[in-house]
Amino acid sequence: MRREDIIENIKVRAGKDMLDLLDRSERRVYVTIKKEILPKIVRYLFNDAKARFAIASGVDTRKAIEILYHFSFDAIGLIVSLRVILEKSNLEIDSLTPVMKCAEWIEREIHEYLGVNFKGHPNLKHLLLRDDWPEGKYPLRRDQ
Amino acid sequence: MACKIIPIGPYHPLQEEPEFFKLHVDGETVVDIDIEIGYNLRLIEKISESKSYDQVTFLIERICGICSTSHPFAYTNAIDDLLGVTVPERALYIRSILGELERIHSHLLWLGLAGHFLGYNTVWMWAWRYREPVLDICERVTGNRNHYAMFKPGGVRRDMDEADFPWIKKTLKSLIPKFDMFKGAVMDDPVIHARTKGIGVLTKQDAHDFSVVGPTARASGLPIDVRKDDPHGAYDKVEWKVITQEGGDVFAKAVVRILELYESANIILQCLDKMPKGPIDLNIKDMPVGEGIGRYEAPRGEVLHYIMSDGGNSPARHKVRAPSYMNIFSNKKAVIGHTISDATIILAAVDPCYCCTERMAVVDYKTGKKVMDGHDLIRLSQEKTERLRSKLSLLFKAKP
Repeated sequence: MRREDIIENIKVRAGKDMLDLLDRSERRVYVTIKKEILPKIVRYLFNDAKARFAIASGVDTRKAIEILYHFSFDAIGLIVSLRVILEKSNLEIDSLTPVMKCAEWIEREIHEYLGVNFKGHPNLKHLLLRDDWPEGKYPLRRDQ
Repeated sequence: MACKIIPIGPYHPLQEEPEFFKLHVDGETVVDIDIEIGYNLRLIEKISESKSYDQVTFLIERICGICSTSHPFAYTNAIDDLLGVTVPERALYIRSILGELERIHSHLLWLGLAGHFLGYNTVWMWAWRYREPVLDICERVTGNRNHYAMFKPGGVRRDMDEADFPWIKKTLKSLIPKFDMFKGAVMDDPVIHARTKGIGVLTKQDAHDFSVVGPTARASGLPIDVRKDDPHGAYDKVEWKVITQEGGDVFAKAVVRILELYESANIILQCLDKMPKGPIDLNIKDMPVGEGIGRYEAPRGEVLHYIMSDGGNSPARHKVRAPSYMNIFSNKKAVIGHTISDATIILAAVDPCYCCTERMAVVDYKTGKKVMDGHDLIRLSQEKTERLRSKLSLLFKAKP
């Protein structure tokens, strides 16, 4: 699959819910989308385009929490990073574990590090932190 | 499932990477597995936010003693991506040489452990004995057997001395016949075939579903290798090939690793011949605002580092994803339906660390009681090999 086709297909599926497209270099593309269409785009990338789920990374930008889902197209060496911005007043997003089971651990990790709630996650408990870690304390948050 | 949770200890601070596998068994068959990680959480990602970009390279070497080249390699690739710069060519060659030396010693380490789990303690001793010359090369080049402190954003910290090259080449070439020996030991031994073929199979579809990386993916027929797919270092300047197998079982994973030993030696020899003279460092002074993703193919698979910079002296966010994070999770598929005596080698086949297996416990499906620990399981696995060996030797004796 060609690079242009992948970007075009994401554009078509996202429509006006695509907020930004940063074509950073030959091998790196960042796409900002609304959180409502995330499962739809991921279904396209993971199931149809057969991209490999590399990892997700969450970051507290002080104003909001950003989650980046990195997908790797190994045959052409391309990484497509889907960026979703969550308001701190509503840290909730659909879980991707029902779409791809390999997202289970990283969603648990982002949940305990940043306090994001993944709706529909089958097993949203601590992954790395201790079970008796204090409720509501998140190590990677900057506002605590 | 009415199983009690049984904690297994002690967690000895000298052992690295404690993980906890809890097997749920029905009779001899594994029906479910719980994997618990996080016993050794240091929150390196958080510490990284308080170090300067230069210091971070030392910090992330300490993520793993065996991957102490892979993490700095991926990190410096992320910085190069953020800055959009190309590192001096000589530094690219030095980086690749170090990366391949690490791959050889890591694969030999795994081969030894796999031999031990299967009851081939001679293979264990040999593999670790022939790992020593590789560590000697590392020591000659960097001053250390591990934690090389060679990488820095924009280049490498120390140059390689041309006077050492003939000795390095001689030492590497002397290892090739040893690799042949291991290849023969695995490929020609009917007992190893019986123990590892069709065991712990991960199909091509499973490999995609679990997004596994490295030899675990390549043994399932996925030709993915960051060194080829997203070229960096000197990997696009030398001749080598990506090793794949179709079986997806423990045998295929072993074959991939053994054949990769030859490729790595080959890459190093070519790099030593082709390495140009010149500067080794860009002397980067400032970091702009931005983000970068760097990848490297560690011995166990793709390492991914994500760096977000706010223009300051330290990363605003540094995400590290090691290959075992994806690979260990795939045990949820690979080990189900196999017997307890095979579980040890299946869990070891993705190449986690030694004590991962030590942390394993068998829980009886019906009573919820702990029945065995790691040592019992290794013994069980070794006994099965012994049984197969005597059965096969009887077979061969019966033939004229």
